[in-house]
Amino acid sequence: MLLLLSPWIIGFVAFTMGPMVLSFYYSFTHYDLLTSPHWIGLDNYRFMFGKLTLNGQPNQGDPFFWTSVQNTLWIIVFGVPLRIFFGIITAMLLTRPKRGVNGYRTLFFMPSMAPTVGASLVFVYLFNPATGPINQFLGHIGLNQPLWFFDPTWAKPALLILGLWGIGDAIVLYLAGLLNVPRDLYEAIAIEGANAWQRFRYVTLPMLTPVIFFTLIIGIIDGFQYFDQAYVSSTTASGGVGSPDNSLLFYSVWLYEQAFSYFHMGYASAMAWVMFVATMALTAVLLLTSRRWVHYGGGLS
Amino acid sequence: MMVANHCVLIAVSCAFLFPVVYMFFTALQSDNQALTGSLWPNPFMWSNFSTVFHDINVAQYAWNTFLYAGLSTVGVVCSCVPVAYAFARIDWRGRNIVFLLVLSTLMLPNQVTSIPLYILWAKQFHEWTGIQFIGTLKPLIIPSFFGDAFSIFLLRQFFMTIPKELSEAMRVDGANELQILWKVIVPLAKPAIVAVALFNFIYAWNDFYGPLVYLAQSPDSQTLSVALSAFRGIHHVDWNLTMAAALIFMLPVIVIFFLAQRVFIEGITLTGVKG
Repeated sequence: MLLLLSPWIIGFVAFTMGPMVLSFYYSFTHYDLLTSPHWIGLDNYRFMFGKLTLNGQPNQGDPFFWTSVQNTLWIIVFGVPLRIFFGIITAMLLTRPKRGVNGYRTLFFMPSMAPTVGASLVFVYLFNPATGPINQFLGHIGLNQPLWFFDPTWAKPALLILGLWGIGDAIVLYLAGLLNVPRDLYEAIAIEGANAWQRFRYVTLPMLTPVIFFTLIIGIIDGFQYFDQAYVSSTTASGGVGSPDNSLLFYSVWLYEQAFSYFHMGYASAMAWVMFVATMALTAVLLLTSRRWVHYGGGLS
Repeated sequence: MMVANHCVLIAVSCAFLFPVVYMFFTALQSDNQALTGSLWPNPFMWSNFSTVFHDINVAQYAWNTFLYAGLSTVGVVCSCVPVAYAFARIDWRGRNIVFLLVLSTLMLPNQVTSIPLYILWAKQFHEWTGIQFIGTLKPLIIPSFFGDAFSIFLLRQFFMTIPKELSEAMRVDGANELQILWKVIVPLAKPAIVAVALFNFIYAWNDFYGPLVYLAQSPDSQTLSVALSAFRGIHHVDWNLTMAAALIFMLPVIVIFFLAQRVFIEGITLTGVKG
């Protein structure tokens, strides 16, 4: 038994638990890889939240930490519900036809498997303000043509649209959830004289809550780690990490910059731990509230 | 009603296809035409693909990506099958708690471990072995030989569905656990093993963060994802060539996906709904 488990035990100690302990230690140090880690207590955390005192003088702290937090919360608050909303609607459209469902499902699912780097490059091209097809189309129908990845207010919405293109894995989950709803529930509520909205509100939606809950948790965890699309689109379109005007400086992007561009390994470790704790806390809160709104049963567990 | 439904679905399909179609046709345009935003190539520049292969060394990047994806897939399958077997088919004290530990590592953000792991590969592992790890594919491949939580989970779910009587019969005949795993479980679990292999291959093929951390400074060992992300800046290439390279990068994923779509859809459903 131990022999069978040994790959995981070694991997867990060497590549997960050990690094986590090290990372926790580094978060209390100043470490630039060139000299040994130097213990500075809570200063990394003070610097992060702007409560540091250096040589008796108050220090402003990290000027971009809260920017990165705000950007990350923005993409979670708008991105996650949008994915759930469009995911459910598309999945519901897929439950109706008798033919062609597998074809549509395959087509919708495919982009979610596509490499994020490739997808980001394609969307930077599609959203090119001057020559991209999206703005040309908007021009033809007489609408405003945003500068997208070159405009701090429109860069994140462009990423939302890129995110919707990769919504297929959620559609597959919702479709599976919808097909699991027992028919007799619909028959029962139809006898009571319920209309389409009431059928959705009192049967479909409650029965989907376990899948919604799952995609919500995954969405939040992924949201905190949002990196590839932001890094690639900001460096490809307007030429700098997080640009334009730090509107694409997400938490993970700033953490990566701190660690691997500036080699502030101690500070980056502290940022990673704050992110880890925040993810855990949010997940725990959601788990606690889930008892009130997530309905288990009907074949879903 | 049905017709309207199909109309909406066809419209949604077009929206999903649009980026791929545009990428494909832009990849075949001339440098100047790619700046006009038009769709249909005039003339068709099939030579763009050979340009990308010769001038920007896409073949080397593709080979590196294939090495990373292929070897780490071998690693994940070899390490996760026995581990999943121990969780699914053998009773031992504390099994459920240890399995919870496996699942909890799924929640762990990549960023928390990536910094200390980078330091370990750069310092300690390098000093103990004398091997240079940073700038090579090794830090990306080696951990996959020591288990992956998602794959262990998926395999365990599948192994549990195999009837106990089959392994009991062999155990009565005096077979040990390894023989049972090899002769009974592995042949019956082929669909799940294929799913795990394909998921890992595509995950590694697409992976950007890992290769960026370890390979960003070493042009020769870069994967397609890292090389492509810096393409336009470093090589001063035009959009048509960028799209041609992106197409070469995405094509294997699209082909594998269409050949094995059922495997992926069942895998996603198994983890999401019954989890």
